[in-house]
Amino acid sequence: MLRFIARRLLISLPVLGLVSLMSFAVIWLVPGDPAAMFLDPGATPQQLAQVRHRLGLDEPFYLQVIAWYERILHGDLGQSILLNRSVTAAIVERLPVTLSLTALALVFATLLGIAAGLLAAMRHRSWADQSTMVLALLGLSVPEFWLGLMLIFGFAVDLRWFPAGGYVPLAESFSGWWHSMAMPAFTLAAVQVGFIARMTRSAMLEVLHQDFIRTADSKGLPWSIVVTRHGLPNALVPILTVLGIVTGSLLGGAVVIEQVFSLPGVGRLVIGAVLSRDFPVIQGTLLFVAAIYLLVNLVVDILYAVADPRVRLE
Amino acid sequence: MSSAVIDPGQNWSNDVARLAGPFVRRLLHNRSFVAGAVLVLFVVLVSVLAPVLAPYDPMRSNFRARMLPPGAEHLFGTDHFGRDLLSRVIYGGRASLQIGFFVVVVTGIAGTMIGALAGYFRRLDNPLMRVMDALMAFPAILLAIVISAVLGASITNVVIALSIATGPHTARIVRGSVLVVREMEYVEAGRALGASDLRLLFGHVLINAMAPLIVRLTYVFAIAILAEAVLSYIGVGPPPPTPTFGNIIAGERDFMETAPWAMIFPGLAIVVSVLGLNLLGDGLRDVLDPRMKL
Repeated sequence: MLRFIARRLLISLPVLGLVSLMSFAVIWLVPGDPAAMFLDPGATPQQLAQVRHRLGLDEPFYLQVIAWYERILHGDLGQSILLNRSVTAAIVERLPVTLSLTALALVFATLLGIAAGLLAAMRHRSWADQSTMVLALLGLSVPEFWLGLMLIFGFAVDLRWFPAGGYVPLAESFSGWWHSMAMPAFTLAAVQVGFIARMTRSAMLEVLHQDFIRTADSKGLPWSIVVTRHGLPNALVPILTVLGIVTGSLLGGAVVIEQVFSLPGVGRLVIGAVLSRDFPVIQGTLLFVAAIYLLVNLVVDILYAVADPRVRLE
Repeated sequence: MSSAVIDPGQNWSNDVARLAGPFVRRLLHNRSFVAGAVLVLFVVLVSVLAPVLAPYDPMRSNFRARMLPPGAEHLFGTDHFGRDLLSRVIYGGRASLQIGFFVVVVTGIAGTMIGALAGYFRRLDNPLMRVMDALMAFPAILLAIVISAVLGASITNVVIALSIATGPHTARIVRGSVLVVREMEYVEAGRALGASDLRLLFGHVLINAMAPLIVRLTYVFAIAILAEAVLSYIGVGPPPPTPTFGNIIAGERDFMETAPWAMIFPGLAIVVSVLGLNLLGDGLRDVLDPRMKL
């Protein structure tokens, strides 16, 4: 097991190195002078030179890259140009919002998705199966931000059940947090519910056709026990593997959903930075989010190896 | 090749002739495919016939007819400039579909090239796929937002951004498929006959590794339409006044409370188009590649 973890770590290191290079290289994509993009057109050459120096753009490419790697290895993601604080501090301040949003959405998505998929698989080809799958496909076909806006229109503006936006920290009050988070997390989860439901259904259908299920059934076990004790645990393995992908999509989706519900998270930070060309924040956040994604997938792979020992031998 | 009988390429085209009939029949018996095809055909036809179908000029504002609710004059109502929303949604579909189409073309070509090279030539596999892994570590939508913003908002740059965001996964799918086909006996036969690697890869392997790619590209089309809307909403999408599904919604969100229809209809148009493409993809997957799950 340790050898598996070590090998898996060794594979992710070059990817992490590439990810940091790509995060940094975003600034090279700017057509023309990134400093000019950041300042207004009337800026003096001195101001331009100053911004260029702050961004390190007055150095050759390879020195910029070396300096960047040196900094990130020390845990320093640079200084924001506009926020007057370090990028790391800006991310850490906003992290609880994004993490609690993503975590709640992950809980919604897994619970609803697995429940819906199970229902569909156990009533295979019934109207319940078909309508669940139509709903799942609809969930996959709706733009998240639009769904969020529609929910705000319906439940915040019209019915006034939930606030239209804003954030209450969990530490402050649970009901306040729940009120501010329920709608965004549900919106964020909608697409993934569809995805997990479809995944669960097909995994479950495959398992239910196996011999050991027939054996369990024919030795007289109640069908509910057969499904929950023999079927579900075996269907969970493929579901586990997609949780890494789901978390990645949720992190990406959170960027947009935070914007819709005005939640002060990492997503709003990066969108603000994108719109105002605050390159250090863009680069730092990109690296941070991608590193989290790699970490989550590492954990998922290890869990997978725990659940299915055959994986370790590959 | 001297003899047509043992040319694996010839074999393949015979197979096509033999299999095409049952294949089309199976597609037409697949409910997902048929439902998806009907929806997609409808959306495509409406977009192509936009100049004929749109009752008004989508760009012409009429300040005496601002934010009119849906009615007989304006089936979808009007926006805050008094522009006819039905016409804007029809023309918006045209632009959104064009963007989706170009993303499919660019992603299809780039993803196929990278995936094919990585899957066929073992030496290229590791370097190419590690770069793809790194690109896939960024949430696709965030990557698209950043690239589109940094390059500057235009239709071309939106296409580039979305292709970079969807390409790596496509390359991974092609690679997986090529890895399997490469080991087939007819490829070995071709090699024994002296066919070059490039001829084997592009003439025989790739063509037989297409099924998962076709399915993936259908989903890429759907993803591109969804993502265009998100980019527009964030403010880094195709710039107005040319309507796209996304920038109609983005332009009207401040008036959501007084004129909700201006956001509801373009949103529904997205749902119909994407649902159609997803159904089409599901149907193609069932028929082309029954082993593939989801």
